Amino acid sequence: MTARTLYDKIWDDHMVDQAEDGTCLLYIDRHLVHEVTSPQAFEGLRMTGRKVRAPQKTIAVPDHNVPTTLDRANAATMTEDSRIQVEALDKNAKDFGINYYPVSDVRQGIVHIVGPEQGWTLPGMTVVCGDSHTATHGAFGALAHGIGTSEVEHVLATQTLIQRKAKNFKVEITGSLRPGVTAKDITLSVIGATGTAGGTGYVIEYCGQAIRELSMEGRMTVCNMAIEGGARAGLIAPDEKTYAYCMGRPHAPKGAAWEAAVTYWKTLFSDEGAHWDKVITLKGEDIAPVVTWGTSPEDVLPITGKVPSPSDFTGGKVEAVQRALDYMGLTPGQKLSDIKIDTVFIGSCTNGRIEDLRAAAAILKGKKKKDGIRAMVVPGSGLVRAQAEEEGLAQIFIDAGFEWRLAGCSMCLAMNPDQLAPGERCAATSNRNFEGRQGRGGRTHLLSPAMAAAAAITGHLTDVRDLMTETV
Amino acid sequence: MDKFTKLTGIAAPMPLVNIDTDMIIPKQFLKTIKRSGLGVNLFDEMRYNLDGSEIADFVLNQPAYRQSQIIVAGENFGCGSSREHAPWALLDFGIRCVISTSFADIFYNNCFKNGILPIVMPQDVVDVLMEDAKKGANARQTIDLEAQTVTTSDGRVFPFDVDAHRKDCLINGLDDIGLTMVKAKAIDSFEHKAAALRPWA
Repeated sequence: MTARTLYDKIWDDHMVDQAEDGTCLLYIDRHLVHEVTSPQAFEGLRMTGRKVRAPQKTIAVPDHNVPTTLDRANAATMTEDSRIQVEALDKNAKDFGINYYPVSDVRQGIVHIVGPEQGWTLPGMTVVCGDSHTATHGAFGALAHGIGTSEVEHVLATQTLIQRKAKNFKVEITGSLRPGVTAKDITLSVIGATGTAGGTGYVIEYCGQAIRELSMEGRMTVCNMAIEGGARAGLIAPDEKTYAYCMGRPHAPKGAAWEAAVTYWKTLFSDEGAHWDKVITLKGEDIAPVVTWGTSPEDVLPITGKVPSPSDFTGGKVEAVQRALDYMGLTPGQKLSDIKIDTVFIGSCTNGRIEDLRAAAAILKGKKKKDGIRAMVVPGSGLVRAQAEEEGLAQIFIDAGFEWRLAGCSMCLAMNPDQLAPGERCAATSNRNFEGRQGRGGRTHLLSPAMAAAAAITGHLTDVRDLMTETV
Repeated sequence: MDKFTKLTGIAAPMPLVNIDTDMIIPKQFLKTIKRSGLGVNLFDEMRYNLDGSEIADFVLNQPAYRQSQIIVAGENFGCGSSREHAPWALLDFGIRCVISTSFADIFYNNCFKNGILPIVMPQDVVDVLMEDAKKGANARQTIDLEAQTVTTSDGRVFPFDVDAHRKDCLINGLDDIGLTMVKAKAIDSFEHKAAALRPWA
C-alpha cells in the first residue's frame, strides 16, 4: 500500500461514496451544534419533514450568546434576540432528541471545550460544527472543521458531508520551546510565517518535537487557530498523551472497546515517505512570546519588536496595513511593549482551558492588575470553572482584581454583553483581531494567557519573561 | 436555491485584501433565526456611521454601485468565521458573484449553497477586472457559468475553473440534501461497516 498521511487515512476510513469528478461523500462521526449557526438548519428539516439521522452523534450546547455574568440565570441579562436563539436551541435539542447541555448544566461551556472534555471527541473521528474553530478537535488526530449552516442541515439529515479532498501541509516545529513561550506563540508564529491564506486548500498536520512536548490542551490551542492560517483543519497524530486524556471521559469507550480503540488509534500517523504538498519547518528555540499589532492574525511579531510601516510590505498588503494602523491607533516604529492597554480578556476556545488559567494565575499570584484596567477571566466550561475554584486559581484572579466569570464565548466575539467600546484596547487570549470583532471600534491584541496576565499587571503589552525573572 | 446561469451586472471594486466575515456581516446581526433580511447590514461597519448615516465613499454607497451584483475583491475574501450569514447578506443585497485571487475555504463552500458563484482568477486577470469595475455603472461585466467565462465591459473574455458538481448544482438550482438522500443505501452500508471497524465512534 502506498504511504499515506494521517489525513489520507482518516479520509479513506470515512469515505461513503466518490463521484467521477472526485466529489466525495464523507461520513461524520460527531456533529457539534451551537445556537447561532443552527436555527435555520433545524427549520429546514422541519419544512422538508426530515429527521436528524444520528441524534446520538449530535451534541448541542449554547455558548456564543450566553452572558457570563454571575446573574445570568436571570433571563433579563440576555437581549431578546439572544434569548430567542438560545430558546430555539433548547427546543430543537428536545424536538430532535439530540445530546444537550443547557445553560443551567454545570457541563455547559464553549462547544470546542465541552466536546473533548466529555469524551465526544476521539482520535480518528470526523468532527464538524457550524463554527470555524472546530479545527480545535484536530489535536486528537480527528479530522475536524467548520461548516456553514446549509452544511449543518446536510449533516443533520444525512450524517455526511459533500467534500473534495484538500492537500497535505506539514508544519514541523523542531526542538523545544524556551521558557515563557507557549502553544499560542507557536500557532501565531506559524500564521505569521505562512499568512492567513497560506493554508487555504490544505489540511495541516503539526508535528515535530515541540508539538509532541505540548500537553493535549496546548495542542488544542495550536489546532484551534489552523483556520486562522486558512487551513480547513489542523491535525496532530495521537500518542500516549492523547490516550491518557481520553481515558475515563464520560463518552470515551470503556473496557474491551477501549482496548480495541487504542489498537486502532495506534495506526493513526503519517507513514514514512507519505507525500506532502507543502512543508514548513520552524525551530522551537526561535519562537518568542508574540503579540499581534494589526487586524489580521498574520500581523504578528515578537513582543520585543516594533510596529511595522506599510512600506515594509508589498501588493495589497500595503493598503491593508495602513488601514490596520489607522484602526489600531498605532505608529510605525513604536515599541510593541510600549502599547498601553485598557482591558484584559482571558478565555475563549483558544485559551479557556484549565492549563491556560494555571499559566495566567502563575504570573498573577500575589500581584494586582494595574489600576484602571478592566480584566476578566472567562473559563471555557462550567467544569473548568469548578476545577479552577478547587485549585485556588479563582481566588488568585479575584485577589488580582479580575472578574471571575461563568462559561461562554464572552468577549471573543462579543455577541453577548461582554464587548469593547470604540477605541478600547484589549490584550486578548482569543483568536481574531479583526476590525470590530470584540465590539465596534475595539482594538484587539492577541497573545498567550501568561502574556495577558503580564499586561494586566503592567498596563501595557509586556514581555512575560521579564516578570518571570523577577519571581525566580 | 435560485439557479445561476448567466449574469450581466455592475461589478463593485473592493481591492482590500483579507476582507473577513466580521466585515461582511458583523456579529450583532447573527442573532436572527432567519436567512433573509441581512442585506441592509452587509458590510455594516464599513458602510454606516455609528449614527446610522451612510459613509459616502464606501463603494456600495456610491450611486454607481448601489445596484452591484458582482464584487471584484482582494485576496483571501471571506476569511474568518464560518457564518453563512455572510453569503446570506451578500445575496440579500443582490450580489450573485464574487471574483478574487483566493477565497477562504468555508466561505467558498457556503456561496455555492446559496446560489452565489465565487470565481478564482489569477492576479493579472483580477487586476484587469478591478480596473474595469472602477469604470462605474455603465461598465457591466458578464458571467457565463455554462461557458465558464467572465467578459469585461469592453469585451475581453477570461475563462475560469469550477468543479463539475458545484456547477451542475448552481445551473439547475439543486438541493444537496436531496441528492445525498438518494445515496441512503450507501450511507446505511457504511454505517454497518463502521460499526464493526470502529464501534466506539
